[in-house]
Amino acid sequence: MSTATQRLILRMADDELILAHRHSEWTGMGPLLEEDIAFSSIAQDKLGHAQALYQILHDQFEAPVPDAQAFGRNEATFTCCQFVELPNGEYDFSLVRHFLFDTAEYLRYGMLGKSTVEPLAKLARKVHGELKYHLYHAQTWIIQLSSQGTEESKARMQTALNEAWPYALGMFDPKDDDAALSADGVFPGEQALEDAWRASVADICAKATLVVPTDTAAMLGGRKGFHTEYLQPMLDEMTEVYRIDPSAEW
Amino acid sequence: MATIISLDPRVTRLSIEADAPAEQVITPEMDQFQTYEVFHQPKSGAHHVHVGSVHAPTPELALLLAKEQYARRGQTHNLWVVSTAHVITMSSGDADVFETTPEKKYRDVAAYMVRNKVDAFKKAQNTQGEEHQS
Repeated sequence: MSTATQRLILRMADDELILAHRHSEWTGMGPLLEEDIAFSSIAQDKLGHAQALYQILHDQFEAPVPDAQAFGRNEATFTCCQFVELPNGEYDFSLVRHFLFDTAEYLRYGMLGKSTVEPLAKLARKVHGELKYHLYHAQTWIIQLSSQGTEESKARMQTALNEAWPYALGMFDPKDDDAALSADGVFPGEQALEDAWRASVADICAKATLVVPTDTAAMLGGRKGFHTEYLQPMLDEMTEVYRIDPSAEW
Repeated sequence: MATIISLDPRVTRLSIEADAPAEQVITPEMDQFQTYEVFHQPKSGAHHVHVGSVHAPTPELALLLAKEQYARRGQTHNLWVVSTAHVITMSSGDADVFETTPEKKYRDVAAYMVRNKVDAFKKAQNTQGEEHQS
């Protein structure tokens, strides 16, 4: 039986791992050399966060070693939200997802800096600077391609934002653990995070002259192991080498 | 129509026709973003040293991209980016103005034989001291 804290750390780790892999699919194919390197570097950072979170689960909650958690699990046991599994599509969608996810990630780790779970608070404070850069990267591109861009680039950003929105709302699922997490001083909760996220996203959208989409039903299910058709093929590809020899050392 | 099968599954997924005639893409001249020169400062107070350049549409994006190109490894305190167009330089045809520089040894500290004079002075001082003692 897992605790609210374990569930929180696992869903954070799974989100980071899956999005890191999606981002890394741009490596070598980015829109310009400098951006290819920057985006790959961001992907690598996210993988590092996932690794650190799986390590906390291993050290504090008797979970297997990080590699086994990342590469040795079935699709149904992954608790990532569906948002991070979606294929990259074109660069507009990847950038919008990067912006929406990293805004939440930056705020989440900011809140966790004061967590009573000491290893989590320590990690949150350690990665604060790199998350700040990720957010700065995302916001600068969003504004550049919208209010400073061409008619086509702005239309593409708005379309990608509209498509991403219901999936993005799924990042703040579930809220059932909010009361327990907040009572123990672990984390103020997904609802508090979503509120802060909406304010921050609205602020950047205003600067980018983008329209914040109207809410439609959030795409849920990922946290309970119900995933889109895109996750399994991605896991097959991601775990291919590991499955050949799980005990191999690198 | 056969498509390209690559060891990289991402390439395979693109379904590129294997025997399609190679299209010649002619891009307009200067079909690139402008460049910015990047200066890296390893710690507070140190000189900013030129480390290379980046392509970017705006100064803000140049700084953003320079961070990952030139400051993702090793210690960094700050970065400067400067539009390449703002760099004033000599024309390569004028390199002859520097030609005699290596010969001007009298502009080097090493060219001055001060050591002999210092040694002579010290010796004189010591001799004087000995005279007082005796």
